[in-house]
Amino acid sequence: MESKSCVHIRQEWDIVGARQLGRERAKEIGFGTVDQARIATAISELARNIYLYAGTGKICFTIIDDLEHKGLQIIAKDDGPGIRDISQVMEDGYSTSGGLGAGLPGVKRLMDYFDVISEVNKGTEIRTAKWVR
Amino acid sequence: MRIPILKLHHYLLISIQIDLDDKTAIQFQEDLLNKIHKEGATGVVIDLTSVDIIDSFIAKVLGDVVTMSDLMGARVVLTGIQPAVAMTLIDLGIHLQDVPTALDLEQGLIKLRQELED
Repeated sequence: MESKSCVHIRQEWDIVGARQLGRERAKEIGFGTVDQARIATAISELARNIYLYAGTGKICFTIIDDLEHKGLQIIAKDDGPGIRDISQVMEDGYSTSGGLGAGLPGVKRLMDYFDVISEVNKGTEIRTAKWVR
Repeated sequence: MRIPILKLHHYLLISIQIDLDDKTAIQFQEDLLNKIHKEGATGVVIDLTSVDIIDSFIAKVLGDVVTMSDLMGARVVLTGIQPAVAMTLIDLGIHLQDVPTALDLEQGLIKLRQELED
């Protein structure tokens, strides 16, 4: 069983919209409150990255429920400037925006699966997932 | 959207009951500092009982407002941080180490009184 829904990130308020939808999806498939908060926070970080660095993009949620896994997959995709040095942005404390720099390494710790594909001047796609335990 | 700031003697009380977006958070920061200035408040309690997500940006805004208020001479205590929020913040790598906290509003007021009146 798979069901997919996407939120377009165009304005700041969409960050809240994305994390609220993500939390609802997480609740539907049976995540507890702590994991719901983790998922919503991860989405918030991903959506803010899109808004800050790419301007626009989208975040898609897919509910995965097969023999091996049950969980939520989140894909954050934009056509922005891309990430030049992925290992650098995965370092704790690295930030180009003057924020806390919790961004991507934080998201990786909040989720169970995490992968970044990025091409300079083409865009970035971050795939992440959390499994119901 | 504006977050209401209530005055109680020399203290200001805030209960955040909405899902904070960036703009509202920044507006709140400004409103609180202006209110501290206007009322001559010495202590502030920001209650987060109804907040079920704090991401890195909101955490930064809250941490900053504590430091900013401190610069003005007002002590801020954050209260009611939910277990799920505390766990998420640590996963994110945010420790808010220098930020005074208390279990709930009542404990927050006791903490303020102890620190300010001793």
